[in-house]
Amino acid sequence: MSRTRWVWIGWALLLVAAVVLPFLVKNYRVFQFNLVLVYAVAILGLNILTGFNGQISLGHGAFYAIGAYGAAVLMDRVGMPYWATLPLAGVLCFVLGFLMGFPALRLAGHYLAVATLGLALAVPQLLKYKHLEAYTGGVQGIVLVKPDPPFTFRFLGQPFNADRWLYFFTLAVTIVMFVLAWNLLRGRVGRALIAIRDHPIAAAVMGINLPLFKSLTFGVSAAFTGVAGALGAIVIAFVSPDSFLITLSIFLLVGMVVGGLASIPGAFFGAIFIQFVPNIADELSKSAPAAIYGVLLIVLMYLMPTGVMGMVRKLWARWQPGAARLRVNVNPGAPVPVSPDLTKESTT
Amino acid sequence: MEALLHQIFSGLANGCIYGSIALALVMIYQATHHLNFAQGEMATFSTFIAWALIQRGMPYWVAFALTFGISFAAGLLIQRVILRPVEKAPVLTNVNVFIGLLLIFNACSGWIFDHTVKAFPSPFPQESILKTAYFSAHEMGSFLVMLAVLLSLYAFFRFTPVGLAMRAAAQNPESARLVGIRVSWMLAVGWGFAAAIGSVAGMMVAPSVFLDPNMMAGILLYGFASALLGGVDNPWGAVIGGMIVGVLENLLGAYVIGTELKLTVALVLIVGTLTLMPAGLFGKRVVTRV
Repeated sequence: MSRTRWVWIGWALLLVAAVVLPFLVKNYRVFQFNLVLVYAVAILGLNILTGFNGQISLGHGAFYAIGAYGAAVLMDRVGMPYWATLPLAGVLCFVLGFLMGFPALRLAGHYLAVATLGLALAVPQLLKYKHLEAYTGGVQGIVLVKPDPPFTFRFLGQPFNADRWLYFFTLAVTIVMFVLAWNLLRGRVGRALIAIRDHPIAAAVMGINLPLFKSLTFGVSAAFTGVAGALGAIVIAFVSPDSFLITLSIFLLVGMVVGGLASIPGAFFGAIFIQFVPNIADELSKSAPAAIYGVLLIVLMYLMPTGVMGMVRKLWARWQPGAARLRVNVNPGAPVPVSPDLTKESTT
Repeated sequence: MEALLHQIFSGLANGCIYGSIALALVMIYQATHHLNFAQGEMATFSTFIAWALIQRGMPYWVAFALTFGISFAAGLLIQRVILRPVEKAPVLTNVNVFIGLLLIFNACSGWIFDHTVKAFPSPFPQESILKTAYFSAHEMGSFLVMLAVLLSLYAFFRFTPVGLAMRAAAQNPESARLVGIRVSWMLAVGWGFAAAIGSVAGMMVAPSVFLDPNMMAGILLYGFASALLGGVDNPWGAVIGGMIVGVLENLLGAYVIGTELKLTVALVLIVGTLTLMPAGLFGKRVVTRV
């Protein structure tokens, strides 16, 4: 059989597994899987900015919060249906991200990290601000109602209830977002982003409009994370300022690094990691998850800087000697085009 | 008028704390061109050590000196063990390592000393000669302590051979290495000093904000704002930047926007400074050759 057919069969199996999965586990697990999908989209958004474009953000939790609050306010105060809030949250975050991208043009590296860190710290305070309380509900936050499934049935002995319906809704949105990101990043735009990350001057010489691309990337990345935030608000059916503290931004960063910088499927591994590791580590101590994340961040930077996906790719290349040879032979003399590696030594 | 003056002076006292955190940031920035995101959590952890020592019945100033020493050694060790391998790595790697350190220190503070909010004693009794019309005794005392730290640091860098070697290592690492200075060790000493200054700032701020693992998050942001405003490569600029930020924070808080949006003020300051005058007030303008 040809290679493409195998790939299609693989995707089909994956889809079947994803469809059957929620009926095999308890309701609470379904809820956790929903959050995994939500985090995957959020991490994908961060990865577009940091992994592909090299702009460091420690504040993507802020865009997640804005997306979540956008959706919650539209549902609760305006009475909009839940599915209609997603595109609006995306557009809102795109605009805000684009505006944040303007100062970001002048900031690089650490400075951008500081500015975004400030954003992440300031947003929960802004959400509590008393003059916005009419919309945001202040410290109390907003309690939402989980949408009912449009129809119900039983499958494998499990009812098709609100959480399972949300699972399919989230899954559909996640697939759409990943396809969008894949289409955006595999072509001309994706190469431009990577060129800007690796060598901004060379990229500018090749005719890439640096300011435009960097601001747009910021906007798109914020939009992805904002949609994830809106989904998160619908799935959890509750938003409050204290769910979007600086730790959220840092966890997204950890998820991105664990999954793999500049890797689209890596976002899933990162999401699984940040959803399930705290649950396990919590039994040890309240502080254990953060400690484990911290140690892991440092250890990963030393040992596995490309994350899980980088590891998978490396093993894959080792198992397929033909593919490895092909890569070398295509362009003798030139460096082997391995996975984009942000952690290589730089001389600057 | 009375109230205004009071706001300004208490702003100056806060500004000292911000200034010293900024100074710690600048110490590391000058030598390595990295901003240490873990500075605040390191300071918090040091403060917890001081708290534990005092709880054991140790006199305040002995605990103070011991914490200073422990923090110095810990800072030195962190640079040697954790940061040395990534000394030449790109920015993102370093930021990740700093964030990792931040998480570890924050978690350890909570794990070892638990998450309850604790009162931290002030070494300056309320009714003493330090109490003046505009300063409370603690404000005046911490002002003086920070001043003493600054002056001794200045003296160290100006008058001792090690200080001279550290300045050389920061300014021109290649030439410094050629004349026999162990540049990498000088960076470690710089880290030690940064950690020690941070510990003093932590111990001085803890009586007024109370001690808990997240005590420093907001203060660190103000430290960044101060360092950037003063010029991130200028130690004096950092201190002056801290004073300006402290006064500004108090005046805006009292008369313009209230205390609820303090962190937004810091954010606006940071973004504004970086966008409008990236070199800060006293920093060196960096010109890169393409």
